[in-house]
Amino acid sequence: MSGVRVLVGTRKGAFVLNSDGKRERWDVSGPHFAGWEIYHVKGSPADPDRLFASQCSGWFGQLIQRSDDGGRTWEPVGNRFSYDGEPGTHQWYDGTPHPWEFARVWHLEPSLGDPDTVYAGVEDAGLFRSADGGQSWQELPGLRCHDSGPSWQPGAGGMCLHTILEDPSAPGRMFAAISAAGAFRSDDAGQSWRPVNRGLHSEGIPDSDAEVGHCVHRIAMHPARPQVLYMQKHWDVMRSDDSGESWHEVSGNLPTDFGFPIDVHAHEPDTVYVVPITSDSLHYPPEGKLRVYRSRAGGDDWEALTTGLPQEHCYVNVLRDAMAVDSLDDCGVYFGTTGGQVYASADAGDSWAPIVRDLPAVLSVEVQTLS
Amino acid sequence: MIRVVLPAHLRTLTQAGGEVELEVAGQVTQRSVLDALEARYPVLRGTIRGHDGGPRRAFVRFFACEQDLSHEQPDAPLPAAVATGAEPYLIVGAMAGG
Repeated sequence: MSGVRVLVGTRKGAFVLNSDGKRERWDVSGPHFAGWEIYHVKGSPADPDRLFASQCSGWFGQLIQRSDDGGRTWEPVGNRFSYDGEPGTHQWYDGTPHPWEFARVWHLEPSLGDPDTVYAGVEDAGLFRSADGGQSWQELPGLRCHDSGPSWQPGAGGMCLHTILEDPSAPGRMFAAISAAGAFRSDDAGQSWRPVNRGLHSEGIPDSDAEVGHCVHRIAMHPARPQVLYMQKHWDVMRSDDSGESWHEVSGNLPTDFGFPIDVHAHEPDTVYVVPITSDSLHYPPEGKLRVYRSRAGGDDWEALTTGLPQEHCYVNVLRDAMAVDSLDDCGVYFGTTGGQVYASADAGDSWAPIVRDLPAVLSVEVQTLS
Repeated sequence: MIRVVLPAHLRTLTQAGGEVELEVAGQVTQRSVLDALEARYPVLRGTIRGHDGGPRRAFVRFFACEQDLSHEQPDAPLPAAVATGAEPYLIVGAMAGG
């Protein structure tokens, strides 16, 4: 019997939502780590029972939790994230040099093939790797130590490394994205990196076509066609057809091209989802209508998906890590809001229903498809 | 026996009660108490102060005997009432809210 497990990180704990393949009735467990901010929870593709969670607090710092039974029980693992060598400085908001300081783990990306290997994207931007199931963490310093590092500046939410993608077709190829430095690519398993931002245009930076400095919000890839990347930038929805070497805009007929998450249908590499948000000063949907937009053409031509979503008086946001898809035959799409709703669609976005309505603000949503 | 009171969020990590009793060898200082606490509960490493006895986290305070000891030297002796267990050593999350 197939099923899905939705992993939800919120401002006040983690929740695990389970359903069978019909995705009509849900069992809700949580809050796990009650009262703590859970930036991200994600399962290992190599062992679905193994989950990792980033647990943090402005008071008490960072912990990493691991479950080996699908989220029923958890144990804390290593929480020491030390930058490799002398960390140096990046630019602060006022342009002055600011020492690199670890703040929190934004994103955990378990390896595609090894349940003991997991990557962590942190603020201030850095990439860490554990090869022992999270017990110890080592920085992959080639990214932070890129020549452009001293010029990176934080976005409004902090200088976070929020996206980590492994290319399943090219061993050693990885992508990472940082607000507000941009997208980077490695072809040697994270040892060395180069910016891949050609074609991005950002009016909020002094040189709008600069090699680095772009506020990338999220990058998505379909595993069957990994050379194609989709990006939700601060403004603009972008697409690359050559593994990030160049990008072109595919915002098309979207009502606004500002937003945070972007994801791809599990079985249709040309079907892409975004959630347009009014602007960087109004972090809520246009006209108070919560609409997911779907393109079946790889961008440019978008349709609004509204059935089951509030179409008046809705002023929530959907954060960058808060959308995911399952891989059942009828692809399920899920997203969480800052208002505490987690919406699910069992028909690729045609219709939606809330799984839960009143969680704390949702920071992240991930989905596991279980057999 | 030293009595240490933990804030609520750290109790969820230790799964201990609100007050923890510790044996501390040698002089009773903030450093030796925290060393003993972290040895008993390794999950607390990095949550109260930096790893390897690093600085106190900014929003954590240390109180005892109606005094704020947060800015005292970590190797200064704690009050005798704490060293004898008559008074607890309080680890406090700074108040914030809205």
